[in-house]
Amino acid sequence: MVLRSLVLATASAMALMAGGASAKDNVTIGLQLEPPHLDPTSAAAQAIDSVVYSNIFEGLTRFMGDGSVVPGLADSWEISGDGTVYTFKLRKGVTFHDGSAMDAEDVKFSLDRARAEDSTNAQKALFAGITSVEAMDPQTVKITLDGPNGSLLFNLAWGDAVIVAPESIEQIKTNPIGTGAYSFQEWVQGDRITLTRNPDYWGDQPTLASATFKFISDPTAAFAAMMAEDIDAFDNFPAPENLPQFDADPRFQVLVGSTEGETILSTNNKQAPFDDVRVREAVAHAIDRQAIIDGAMFGYGTPIGTHFAPHSPAYKDLTGGSAYDPEKAKALLAEAGLADGFETTLHLPPPSYARRGGEIIAAQLAEVGIKAEIINVEWAQWLESVFRGKSFGLTIVSHTEPMDIGIYARPDYYFQYDSKAFQDLMAKLNTTTDPDGRTAILQDAQEMIAADYVNGYLFQLAKLGVAKAGLQGLWENAPTAAIDLSALSWAE
Amino acid sequence: MTRNLILGGTLSVLVLLAATASYLWTPFDHTAMNIPAKLQTPNAQHWLGTDHFGRDLMSMIMVGARTSIAVALVAVGIGMGAGVPLGLAAAARKGSWPDEMIMRGNDLIFAFPSLVIAILITAVLGAGAVNAIIAIGIFNIPVFARVTRGAALSLWEREFILAARVAGKGAARISAEHILPNVMNLLIVQGTIQFSLGILAEAGLSYVGLGAQPPTPSWGRMLADAQTMVSFAPHLALVPGMAIILTVLGLNLLGDGLRDHFDPKLRVARA
Repeated sequence: MVLRSLVLATASAMALMAGGASAKDNVTIGLQLEPPHLDPTSAAAQAIDSVVYSNIFEGLTRFMGDGSVVPGLADSWEISGDGTVYTFKLRKGVTFHDGSAMDAEDVKFSLDRARAEDSTNAQKALFAGITSVEAMDPQTVKITLDGPNGSLLFNLAWGDAVIVAPESIEQIKTNPIGTGAYSFQEWVQGDRITLTRNPDYWGDQPTLASATFKFISDPTAAFAAMMAEDIDAFDNFPAPENLPQFDADPRFQVLVGSTEGETILSTNNKQAPFDDVRVREAVAHAIDRQAIIDGAMFGYGTPIGTHFAPHSPAYKDLTGGSAYDPEKAKALLAEAGLADGFETTLHLPPPSYARRGGEIIAAQLAEVGIKAEIINVEWAQWLESVFRGKSFGLTIVSHTEPMDIGIYARPDYYFQYDSKAFQDLMAKLNTTTDPDGRTAILQDAQEMIAADYVNGYLFQLAKLGVAKAGLQGLWENAPTAAIDLSALSWAE
Repeated sequence: MTRNLILGGTLSVLVLLAATASYLWTPFDHTAMNIPAKLQTPNAQHWLGTDHFGRDLMSMIMVGARTSIAVALVAVGIGMGAGVPLGLAAAARKGSWPDEMIMRGNDLIFAFPSLVIAILITAVLGAGAVNAIIAIGIFNIPVFARVTRGAALSLWEREFILAARVAGKGAARISAEHILPNVMNLLIVQGTIQFSLGILAEAGLSYVGLGAQPPTPSWGRMLADAQTMVSFAPHLALVPGMAIILTVLGLNLLGDGLRDHFDPKLRVARA
């Protein structure tokens, strides 16, 4: 208590001292992971988008904080009657940070590069239906599809579909040059990335002159840096257990929102005994979601019963189909000929939802006789052996891409769900443009993977933002990994 | 009996008792989670409180003592098992090429910072208690080899060894029958010290996630888990921290006490 009042006294003394200074025009934002490089079009790493999305690079359309898709570099568009030709009108007077003009040729270059045979784009499926991209004139781009695709505008809003310039593509990983409101200034490896305001930005000038992203991977260090006010905001605070302390402290605000992260117990559908749907169902019934949310996330998170975000209008609550029922799980295992249980591996990447959640799940699985050996791995190792190597039994990971139920239609995706019926359903979704029809198909899809118990569906990852009290304009939810700097400002 | 010996002995025996008792009885199942009862401070039911999963800290500390002792004990065993014969052999053939090879090999291992190499070994072989034992054990070998050789060398000059040689005993037999019993005191003292260092090393490796893997409790990992919660649940860090401190302190005092006890000069002075 003495310590606490001392801290408060010091804080108020510092606040008094700072009172006379002029208004801040910069911001320092903490990120847990450092991006491997800065090209959002050639890697899946979320950290890249956190830094560059809408700040450095922009796409034809873009996401807003509420998840809606609005015009970006495209001013307007027309869709042909059969839904296969999109004609985009580009904004006038848009320039890249190096001064060159952004025109239809750059759009054609970017999209052709992303969908090319040898493209390293992490989300090539976004561009699957595009048959040609044509520059009609400097302000007009025509995209032709092989069939109607109701999600094209949504797809083009992804960080993987941003517009890049052919002139600067060679150095994009270390010196990204885009059209956004902020330009890249400096990257001190292992420490920070600095961006400065782009004076020639086509849109409204942002309030803050510069922004620094600081990389702090250790949760304890993140807590200390936040408490010491070394950083102004932490995008997604890694230690949920510390949030009540920030909440109780008048110097800070806590923004609890939702992300697109479906946190799942990924199951290797091709590995015995998980190739038996009864075993997967047994795993689903052995898991007590609420215990995981309370134990690993200190209560932050929404239970899910399928691979879909609960805040989406098309979401269907299917948690009842995989309710916590260890007796049923044991019965199912016996039915599958595994009455004595079995052994498997549980690979856990570093975030606390995985490490702590994994310990809880291992204990819950042990209750029904499944002995899951915990193997803690770093992200690089996880990508190598689990995601690419597919050598795992179970793993916990949060799938943070928006509307990514389509991954279940890819039989070579790491959890290896191979269902003709589901693939047909996704094909049907892509050719459906009317909203009601799409919702119906999406709900069928959710039910199908829930009924097949493809993975253990745990909870929707919460976005746990912490910021200084005066910082305004932060996104509460995370429809995509992004920190929209142009919306930020300091209260007077 | 010195005060060091009594205090050190008591602490060490207490830890040993806790570890042994955990095989028969713990207040609760150390793996049983009870999330609604998480982060309790010490109370009548949970003597040392509960952790962030509602597991009983007392039970975890007892089983954790087992992990620590097992790892340190086997590691010291590896060090003694390999180091003592090497030291005896080196002393028996002083100045020969086997002596040179053994001692230069020791220097080589000594030249590496032990914990860093232990991290390397566990990172390559995979994290886990067995690999932690191997990593810590390897660094105990040169310690025991040196102590043994140094003490044995002076013994080889003594008359009773000469008598044994005259009687026709070979170097190996002399080493086993005459040298070893006479260096035993030193080895026990060194063993206690290495044992406490082994406990620290195990805690260090577990702290960085390279020791015993969950659900096996380990003091080092309990500390690491408690790190982000120190500000609102300090007992989570204090309990395993105190366990490590008291165990290491006890073993060091015991080692000091034993050295004094075995030292003939001090024994005369006391008498």
